[in-house]
Amino acid sequence: MWSMILRRIGIGIVTMFAVSVIIFCGTRILPGDAAQIRLGQEATETNLAAFRKELGLDRPAHVQYFSWVKDTLSGDLGVSLASDVPVTDLIRDRYKNTLYVSAVTAVIGVPLSVLLGILAAMFPGGIYDRVVTFISVTLVSAPEFFLATLLVLIFAFYFNFTSAVVVGGVEGKTFLEILRHFFLPIMALCMIIAAQLIRMTRAAVLNVMSSPYVEMAILKGVPRKRIIMRHALFNAIGPIVNVIALNLAYLISGVVIIEVFFAYSGLATLMVQGVQTRDYNLIQVLGMLFCCVYIILMLIADIASIVSNPRLRHPR
Amino acid sequence: MSDSTKTATDVADDEIDFQELYDAAPRQKFRFSWTGWIGVIVVTFWFLIAILGPFIAPYGENDLPYPDAYSEFQVPTAKALLGTDVDDRDILSRIIYGAGRTIGISLAATILAYLVGVSLGVTAAVSGRWIDMGLSRVNDAFLSLPTIMLGLVVIAAVGSSLTVLIFTAGLIYATIVFRISRALAMDIMVQDYVEAARARGEGLWWIIRKEIWPNAAMPMISDFGLRLIYVILFVAGLSFLGLGVQPPAADWGNMVRENLGALQHVPYEACPYPKNAAGEDNWLCGIGTKFAVLAPALAISTLTVSINLIVDDLSSYAGGKLTKGM
Amino acid sequence: MSEAAKNPDTDNVILDVRNLRIIARREDGSTLNIVEEIDFTVKRGEVIALIGESGSGKTTISLAALGYAKPGLEFADGEVFLNGRDVLDLDRHGLRNLRGREVAYLAQSAAATFNPSITIGEQVTESAVLHGIKTQEEATKKAIELYHALELPDPEQLGSRYPHQVSGGQLQRLMAAMALCGDPDLLVLDEPTTALDVTTQIEVLKAFKTVIREQGAAAIYVTHDLAVVAQVADHIVVLYDGKIQEAGTTDQIVNSPGHDYTRRLMSAVRPTPSSDLASAKQEETDAGPAMEVKDVTAGYGRNLDGSPKVTVLRDINVKIERGHVVGVIGESGCGKSTLARVMAGLLPASQGDVLLDGESLPKTVRERSRDQLRRVQFIFQMADTALNPRHNIREIVGRPLEFYRGIRGRERTDKVAELLQMVDLEPDMMSRLPSELSGGQKQRVALARALAADAEVLLCDEVTSALDTIVGAAVIKLLRRLRDKLGVSYVFISHDLSTVASFADEVVVLYAGRVVEQGPVKEILSPPYHPYTRLLIASVPELRIGWLEDTMGTREAMAGIAGAVDLNAPGCPFSERCPLAIPGTCDVEVPPNRVDESGEHIIACHIEFSGLEREQTAV
Repeated sequence: MWSMILRRIGIGIVTMFAVSVIIFCGTRILPGDAAQIRLGQEATETNLAAFRKELGLDRPAHVQYFSWVKDTLSGDLGVSLASDVPVTDLIRDRYKNTLYVSAVTAVIGVPLSVLLGILAAMFPGGIYDRVVTFISVTLVSAPEFFLATLLVLIFAFYFNFTSAVVVGGVEGKTFLEILRHFFLPIMALCMIIAAQLIRMTRAAVLNVMSSPYVEMAILKGVPRKRIIMRHALFNAIGPIVNVIALNLAYLISGVVIIEVFFAYSGLATLMVQGVQTRDYNLIQVLGMLFCCVYIILMLIADIASIVSNPRLRHPR
Repeated sequence: MSDSTKTATDVADDEIDFQELYDAAPRQKFRFSWTGWIGVIVVTFWFLIAILGPFIAPYGENDLPYPDAYSEFQVPTAKALLGTDVDDRDILSRIIYGAGRTIGISLAATILAYLVGVSLGVTAAVSGRWIDMGLSRVNDAFLSLPTIMLGLVVIAAVGSSLTVLIFTAGLIYATIVFRISRALAMDIMVQDYVEAARARGEGLWWIIRKEIWPNAAMPMISDFGLRLIYVILFVAGLSFLGLGVQPPAADWGNMVRENLGALQHVPYEACPYPKNAAGEDNWLCGIGTKFAVLAPALAISTLTVSINLIVDDLSSYAGGKLTKGM
Repeated sequence: MSEAAKNPDTDNVILDVRNLRIIARREDGSTLNIVEEIDFTVKRGEVIALIGESGSGKTTISLAALGYAKPGLEFADGEVFLNGRDVLDLDRHGLRNLRGREVAYLAQSAAATFNPSITIGEQVTESAVLHGIKTQEEATKKAIELYHALELPDPEQLGSRYPHQVSGGQLQRLMAAMALCGDPDLLVLDEPTTALDVTTQIEVLKAFKTVIREQGAAAIYVTHDLAVVAQVADHIVVLYDGKIQEAGTTDQIVNSPGHDYTRRLMSAVRPTPSSDLASAKQEETDAGPAMEVKDVTAGYGRNLDGSPKVTVLRDINVKIERGHVVGVIGESGCGKSTLARVMAGLLPASQGDVLLDGESLPKTVRERSRDQLRRVQFIFQMADTALNPRHNIREIVGRPLEFYRGIRGRERTDKVAELLQMVDLEPDMMSRLPSELSGGQKQRVALARALAADAEVLLCDEVTSALDTIVGAAVIKLLRRLRDKLGVSYVFISHDLSTVASFADEVVVLYAGRVVEQGPVKEILSPPYHPYTRLLIASVPELRIGWLEDTMGTREAMAGIAGAVDLNAPGCPFSERCPLAIPGTCDVEVPPNRVDESGEHIIACHIEFSGLEREQTAV
């Protein structure tokens, strides 16, 4: 088992390098280089060349790549091309909003959805199951901003509970204050992951519940509660952890839309600004950051399914 | 071989009384459930709108129903059935024009994704270990990026245009199609009937065409629907972020973005009569001014949810082999 | 534990099923009778067998004793009294108290019915402890006693292991322990030995029989195998299409069956392999063998030096004479299917040659000419998966006609009709899809497809294993008739010695990828045998009451316990299980091939023919 996990981690590290190459190529090799963007209207052949030299853009691509990797690993993230501010500073101002909102979403949304999913699987075909399944199917295939619009209409417009946009950040707020301040984004994100998570948890538990060993447990006269807690859940934990990690990974694209929708400043809005101003340094750093989180979550998902396999946990 | 009938009867005599029992009911013909029919109706409706758009829209996509007045977020009236948007334009006409663009781009991108994904996926499945390994590894690297990030990076590099959108979305989703079609083809390749065809000496092309394709078609069609949903959401998402279809061209995603202001404050002119003649609240003033955001969001949702209803029917018939999470 | 019995018979009746009807509800709301008019009783200490082919409703009836209907089925009519109480009237709580305490269930596939992430010990004792029949200590103690009784290895430690850490045959026996741990009054055994190899089956049967007798429990034994039933049951209930055809004591049913269907079942039972059974020797022809396998070694994966990573077959030599049937026999995993795949060119051999009509065949399908391919046809075990579900019968049978012989259009349709008649199918089935045929019909279509190529050698890979006994017997009959008529040769691969013995001219016995014995069927079925062949023959259940007891004590039966077969072990692969093994020789050196005077009978053994004969006739 350990060798498989190590192997998987190794693949994860290789993937990160592959991703860094993709992002580097995506941003540096394609037309319109950083010098041109930085100088904008003032660009002339001579000062472009000088500026390229200053930024090191005249070096061959692979040299640029390795120096970028070296700088990034040593913590030097470079300077934003659009605003001349170190990228580190830009991130420092905003990462907390994104991090806290996602963390609160995970803390509230994940257990709730898993519970709802398990409940749906316990009484398949029942009225509760059908309602939950219908709602989650609808939410899965509807765009994130549709959900956000509905929430705004309901909570901000009719109940006057909160405002349609979020002003200010998490700085100096307690958990409850954050919860209230970011009520709509957190609610929206919770529902986005819930839609997938409920469905997939339900499927994972149902899959176990229809296995011959659960039928055997029924025929042994094992009480329903014990069948679920000892026989079914025990085998479903691996798939469920897998599903949770996958859904937290999906959350990344949800975060991008929701931050823009509610117009509060976080890393995702920063990334979108970066794309709009073609701020390559910023895009590279943030792109790597989001992708690394994604890869790590995927890695956790894979390790969960390795660890949950009894054949690998207790080898012959 | 002329005596074959004679011997057949010799043996048949002890098989008269007890027929072999069938172990499974024969396969049923495909039928839509009632939810499936709703899906078919709604999807057909939107596709018709997309095709006929310019002929049925009451206004051009950038025309103003009230050219002489300041009419931002106007509530619905006979002149503008869904009201007006942030730039005083007719929402209904923009939805109709947007339908063609949103559906057209997504459909083109999904078809591209399928052309690229399926041809590479089947190639990987039927050819030797090294080609398969190479293709799969490269594909894995792309799959390990969140789609929206990949989209952002590409658009940052080359800017946004219709062609770029179609190719970006098409190639990003080709990675997933590759994985699915490869898995499906691999699955069918090891079936005994393919083995039987190989043992007979059939060529690779014949095997793909006659043995694999008829069995892969149904799951692939249902996956195509699913992929179309994700591509629509992806393109709408990019447009919503201001990185997809560029204004003033109408697209359901960028309509939501442009009109987000309607959710916060609405000018007095939008609803000059908050009370009706009887002195009650005019309900249109509540929801009517929000149509600018609600209508395009609802349009996308009805389209994607309806496609999903169709896909549900198709995939339960095809055996649900493809997981929806992929 | 039994309450006051309300039914008229006696206190001894444990289970009384009266007029039971179970239905399935279709999607459109209409219902379908799965079983109907079922009446039978089980008395204390008695074993009742429910026998029938697949689809006869035997499992459904047996589960009714636990008050359980599979998803989609409902109890419609009738009563099932267990210890005097109608289990169909019980609520969920009542049923839970009943299951595991008064009645216990043993499923067909133990590998699937053990929870993979709970230790064996916990699963075996769970039911007894939960029902408060025993404390955990008592239950564990009882479990260890049962492990001893069931002759399981290392009883003290077994409980702390996980299901995937023990073999299939052991799991099957562990399921018996699980059922018996709570001292139930009634056991329901659902095809408990069907999935096992013959040599393992005898072990498990033996254990079941002993344990059932010692515990004094009553049992319902569900199976399709009459020979097995004859060993364990006191009464037999014969089922067909959800109805009881005949019921009576085992002696009555086995020795004087009354009902037509029972007689059909009896006649289809595989006869006991013996040398009298061997078919008359085919005439020798001068033309030389139709096909020949020479020194073939094959396997999967490839090392750098070209040898396979996992060697499945080693140094195989087989000759297939024209018009002869060569039976290849061995347990699962012995490499018999691989041999057929090598011959068909689906798997290239890493060493050795395959000759067709004296000519060396290229190793892979791709390199063989169309005519070479045509002359050797492969028939798969599962007709279900060997026929493309999207092609109709005309396309399936017509394709080889077109592909090999260029027959098209009307002529092709006529030819397909002719071929279908040849395999006893109606020509009007032509436009059907495979899913609209029964299992036996599908296998006939597969056969017609092979005949369409006008083949000389048919490679039949377990073609009857997936079929019911009666259907399988009819397919064998058909194969024999086609051989006589068309003069084709068969390589008939099977794990079932009696089928092979009744059909083959020559037999090849494979063990762990090596030929341990081969020769004319008459020689194979009479001493001297290879010790493994001897074990195989001894393990085939005879349709004779008392056979199991007679066999239980023999040395061969002792050798039945299968260990994991190591394909790369040094020496003779069978040495671990062999009762005649010579330590220091058999487990170190590869045994020599010994040939008898006729030059046809070969045994790979360290012991000479005379030595083997002496040992084997003495017992």
